[in-house]
Amino acid sequence: MSDLTCRELADFLLDYLEGELPAAQARTFADHLAACPACESYLDSYRRTVALERQAFADDDCDVPEELVQAILAARRA
Amino acid sequence: MTRTWQLAPLTAAGEAALVARLKRGDEAAYEELVRRYGGRLLQVARRYLREEDARDAVQDAFVSAFKAIDRFDGRAQLATWLHRIVVNASLMRLRRPAMQREESLEPLLPRFLDDGHFAAVRRPWPEDAEARLGRAETRRLVRRSIDRLPETYRTVLLLRDIEELDGAETAERLGISPGAVKVRLHRARQALRELLDPILSEGAA
Repeated sequence: MSDLTCRELADFLLDYLEGELPAAQARTFADHLAACPACESYLDSYRRTVALERQAFADDDCDVPEELVQAILAARRA
Repeated sequence: MTRTWQLAPLTAAGEAALVARLKRGDEAAYEELVRRYGGRLLQVARRYLREEDARDAVQDAFVSAFKAIDRFDGRAQLATWLHRIVVNASLMRLRRPAMQREESLEPLLPRFLDDGHFAAVRRPWPEDAEARLGRAETRRLVRRSIDRLPETYRTVLLLRDIEELDGAETAERLGISPGAVKVRLHRARQALRELLDPILSEGAA
């Protein structure tokens, strides 16, 4: 395994995913991921966490409470 | 609760007509705007604020929108334009000094041994973890877990991942540095991952 630790990988994961690491460091990252199942599954669950966030707020709608409608229309006229 | 009105979705032409009526000061158009978009905007405000403040933010947002409608040029969709206004109105009600405070997220972050390895065995999430839990239950779990994050982290997570603002814009809205936005976003995602882990790794080898 490379000299990168799992802790360093976890700390710089966002930079890695956003393509902000210098090429040499990105390669070290990729090498570590290929050799370390713990980090590989950490990366997978991190990505899925972000996807789940988006799904959790998709089509976010509810009925607007009638008293809020009236309050807004009254505030406009005030 | 039953809807007092069932409104069909607006076509582009229908939206333009509604905007034209709003610009003319048509009273019924104001009401239509509130009934069409109020529920959606309330859900957005509730991400940031408790119920009473969320309703106040929605009211602020509509009052601002009514005042600014003359400047609405139709380049963005009405829903997108209103969405931005309610996010702004919600952030105005969050206390800025509180956003600048550093809260500890330490208990929710992954732990490591002195040699840099993960302290606990990482169980992979089975591929079908979300499907087994069910869409509605996964959604509830994720939203409940996001609610457990400290406010300074939750707000950054919502602005970056849900509203999809970029780092610079998020920093500006919150009055913090882009570097702080990045650190908080990453830690918030890590903490959320930890909160989801016991449920989503169930059944893993």
